[in-house]
Amino acid sequence: MSSVHIRDVRKSFGGFEVLHGVTVPIEDGEFVVLVGPSGCGKSTLLRMLAGLENITSGTISIGERVVNNVQPKERDIAMVFQNYALYPHMTVGENMGFSLKLRGASTSEINKRVQRAAEILALTPLLERYPRQLSGGQRQRVAMGRAIVRDPQVFLFDEPLSNLDAKLRVAMRTEIKELHQRLKTTTVYVTHDQIEAMTMADKIVVMHDGIVEQIGSPLDLYDKPDNQFVAGFIGSPAMNFLKGKVAVNGTASFEGPNGVKLPLKSAPANSNGQAVVYGVRPEHFTIADDGADAEIIVVEPTGSETQVYAKLGGEQVVAVFRERHQFNPGDKVKLKPDPSLVHLFDETTGKRL
Amino acid sequence: MAVIAEPVVQAPRASLLSRALENRSFLGSLFMLPAILILVLFLAYPLALGFWLGLTDTSIGGTGHYVGIANFVSLAKDSVFWLSVFNTIFYTVTASVVKFAIGLYLAVLLNERLPFKSILRAIVLLPFVVPTVLSAIAFWWIYDSQFSIISWVLIKAGLIHNYIEFLGDPWNARWSVVVANIWRGVPFVAITLLAGLQTISPSLYEAANLDGATNWQRFRYITLPMLSPIIAVVMTFSVLMTFTDFQLIYTITRGGPINATHLMATLSFQRAITGGHLGEGAAISNAMIPFLVAAILLSFFGLQRTRWQQGGRD
Ligand SMILES: Nc1ncnc2c1ncn2[C@@H]1O[C@H](COP(=O)(O)OP(=O)(O)O)[C@@H](O)[C@H]1O
Ligand SMILES: [Mg+2]
Repeated sequence: MSSVHIRDVRKSFGGFEVLHGVTVPIEDGEFVVLVGPSGCGKSTLLRMLAGLENITSGTISIGERVVNNVQPKERDIAMVFQNYALYPHMTVGENMGFSLKLRGASTSEINKRVQRAAEILALTPLLERYPRQLSGGQRQRVAMGRAIVRDPQVFLFDEPLSNLDAKLRVAMRTEIKELHQRLKTTTVYVTHDQIEAMTMADKIVVMHDGIVEQIGSPLDLYDKPDNQFVAGFIGSPAMNFLKGKVAVNGTASFEGPNGVKLPLKSAPANSNGQAVVYGVRPEHFTIADDGADAEIIVVEPTGSETQVYAKLGGEQVVAVFRERHQFNPGDKVKLKPDPSLVHLFDETTGKRL
Repeated sequence: MAVIAEPVVQAPRASLLSRALENRSFLGSLFMLPAILILVLFLAYPLALGFWLGLTDTSIGGTGHYVGIANFVSLAKDSVFWLSVFNTIFYTVTASVVKFAIGLYLAVLLNERLPFKSILRAIVLLPFVVPTVLSAIAFWWIYDSQFSIISWVLIKAGLIHNYIEFLGDPWNARWSVVVANIWRGVPFVAITLLAGLQTISPSLYEAANLDGATNWQRFRYITLPMLSPIIAVVMTFSVLMTFTDFQLIYTITRGGPINATHLMATLSFQRAITGGHLGEGAAISNAMIPFLVAAILLSFFGLQRTRWQQGGRD
């Protein structure tokens, strides 16, 4: 186990910069999730950490050691690839024991450690099989087993669940988290799925177009997104955004499109008339007599909750209710955001106000 | 425009032809007919004819009679025949081993990130593109006793004093034709193995790299086993083509000096066509069949052993 420090790391592919100075501190034993839309540079960063891509500038250290010029095999890290990268010509047991064999461990030592990892991952009955005889979920576990056997300083995962079906994905999510709680190995996990990030991470790093947008605990990011990108990326369904301006007239409020007035708990100093984006999460709407007029477009009940799409000041918004309302398309309702839970962002910079 | 489909009126008794065309096995046979005809005409018939000729004393211009295994009996006592068997095996084994080694080396090299990779690949393919007889003539000149460029260079460099008798001495001649065959055969092995290498996922090498494998270990534990099925196929082809080689030998040495480079194929041609003894020539050709079958069986069972590809039976 080891801490990891990524300091002002940049990466260019043939003159084209894809990472523009990324700094991420990772504590010993932490489970860190790098999340962001496809193409934002998550895999590239992870591969640089593994030593599979060289570092254009900046430093990466594992423990106290700067590893910029350290060969992958000397970094003492294990990686689970998106396509698992199991050796097709080796059995499950051979796949898991391969790194130990290369290190010259004795057969009995290899067997012991493979057995132990296989027990943790419930792979014992499959040790003699070849990868092509396994289901997707089993292959995924073998890939993890290969990492565990090595007992490395750091685990790296690159979208390990994206080839699994939805149900298995949820199960494996829990399994990986449990595994981490048991082994406490520093883990860096890459995904584009914010739910995976929220459910698994101790710390989330939100990336976008080669920069870090925000680093924080899942609930920090949910409660206090630094900017409009993070606000829109974290949470499902995504946060609603309305453009308009602040109106301070004794009390503060927000004037949205088509004269919609929405409540504000307080306004930043000297912000009267400032152009802002008003953000409200779907689950922070209530039906109230003093709410804003809205017209229901679509109602989607899921059982535990109901998603309602409505037109508010001419814009489409989505609201989620845990109570059961009898809504029909075309109904007029009064929607009210909880003023203590709304977010304001500068319209030009997107920064939180 | 809506067209209202009229109810299909079933003909009371469909014609024999249309009913036959509905029949799966009839239709299947029909489609296979062209292929079968081609195979029979150009493969089965010559093979059967060869078999039959081998059992007769047919000569060019004369009708032959069935003589049983007389041709084979006389071949068994024929030292030239046995020399050609030895030559063929020597030629095939040495050329194949070296072709495999050089081909694999080139394939691995070309699979790396190299500058001018596509040009290099084209260059490697060249010997394969040049017509065999042309390259054979080129080698004939290279090995010529008076004009050999190799001898010339070595003499100019002061390393030797006399022109080398490449094709005049039995063992020199054997090695010379082996080298020509290698030059000619390496591209096929290299390009096919390169295609095989490119099917190996780069992430396997990355995983092995993280697992701590050195370059040699990556080759030994990833490349070689992943490539083994394609190696088996390529080397089977290579062995078959080398074993039955005719053009190179016939152009460069015609089997000489004193039969030292006669392969079974060239000897068969010489006895049958040049010498006019079709029956005896055919018998020599037939004698190649057991060797070829053995080579095919060997690779067939070799291929079967790659269990990881086919999944197990459970
Ligand atoms: N080997 C490469 N050569 C050139 N560009 C690359 C290479 N690998 C990744 N990129 C580019 O870098 C960017 C980030 O890629 P990647 O790290 O794979 O994104 P993510 O994993 O977040 O989806 C993308 O624009 C991608 O096209
Ligand atoms: Mg990726």
